[in-house]
Amino acid sequence: MIDNQEAVKLIDAHRGDAVIVATMNANNVRFGLPSVSTQENLDMPLSGAMGKASNFGLGLALAQPERKVMVLDGDGSLLMNLGAMVTLANQTPENLCHVLFDNGVYAVTGGQPVPGSGRADWEGMAKSAGYAATFSFDNLEDFATSISEVMAAAGPVFVHLAIKPEIENTPVQFRQRAPRTMQVAIREMPAILGND
Amino acid sequence: MTTHEVVLHPASVVEELKKNNISHVVWLPDSETNFMYQLLTGEPSLSLVPVCREGETMAIAAGLWVGGKRPIVLIQNTGIFESGDSIRGLGLDVNQPLVMLVGYRGWSRHGITTDSAARFIEHILHAWGINYYLIETDEDADRISVAIAESERTQKPVAVLVGTEFGA
Repeated sequence: MIDNQEAVKLIDAHRGDAVIVATMNANNVRFGLPSVSTQENLDMPLSGAMGKASNFGLGLALAQPERKVMVLDGDGSLLMNLGAMVTLANQTPENLCHVLFDNGVYAVTGGQPVPGSGRADWEGMAKSAGYAATFSFDNLEDFATSISEVMAAAGPVFVHLAIKPEIENTPVQFRQRAPRTMQVAIREMPAILGND
Repeated sequence: MTTHEVVLHPASVVEELKKNNISHVVWLPDSETNFMYQLLTGEPSLSLVPVCREGETMAIAAGLWVGGKRPIVLIQNTGIFESGDSIRGLGLDVNQPLVMLVGYRGWSRHGITTDSAARFIEHILHAWGINYYLIETDEDADRISVAIAESERTQKPVAVLVGTEFGA
């Protein structure tokens, strides 16, 4: 299994000028993208979205077809909104890469297993939904070896990562927050993308 | 005595969208919008983004908006109920200037409204502090422009309730 922080570090190192829409553990302030990002101004931390990160990323990818958009999703999140995979693939955004951080649990509520944990075939679902390219990795070495191929593939791309669970059980109001909130990122992003 | 045709034609709605440079219609069809679908698919200035469930529409619209486009959402009032957390998290909380065209299933000016989809929708919009306009005929269609201007001025979602079936 892949360490959550090592995964986001590898993605960040190969992002180029991609906007990264990250949610849940991929967006965790201690071991997610905010802890390693080298281009915070191109990060879109999505919280409170109840499985809508890939929808947001799709809208951004359609609006900015010349820019790569990456979505770092969670398995519990995507399970809330599985139809989004079909919605996304149906639009055939070549610039969109959808990365699923599959840790098999609801990590922020104490680590209860998500439905289908260890049973559901995520890469198979992505293929069936119509993604143009799919990948699945369960160790960092293979992911690191293939990441150039992943980044070069025409989208929509789906990447399944088997992630080591890092369990939290802190009420929402007591969790450590990244200083750059979703609201700030949404306010600043249009100017950064040159469309304000 | 003269009579007036009381019908809302899809062309009137599409004209409002074109007038306001709307770029994308993010939608899930409902039973009242087939005429609208036929017209929208033939309009080159509008891109249709169909979704599997209504809660997706506000999130896709948010991404389009941040990316510099001018989307609008087209769903039924039942879809508003389904979309509660999306409207909260990716509409109201992020100040998205989003107009939601909402099919007003169950709406009638006559008798008792039995459909709970109609009985609850205005209460829900009130609870969220979302302003709304009712359109029933072509003469009302310019309220779409009013709603778009209001959403941009207030940086908030605004609903337009479509209280009639579209005419052919």
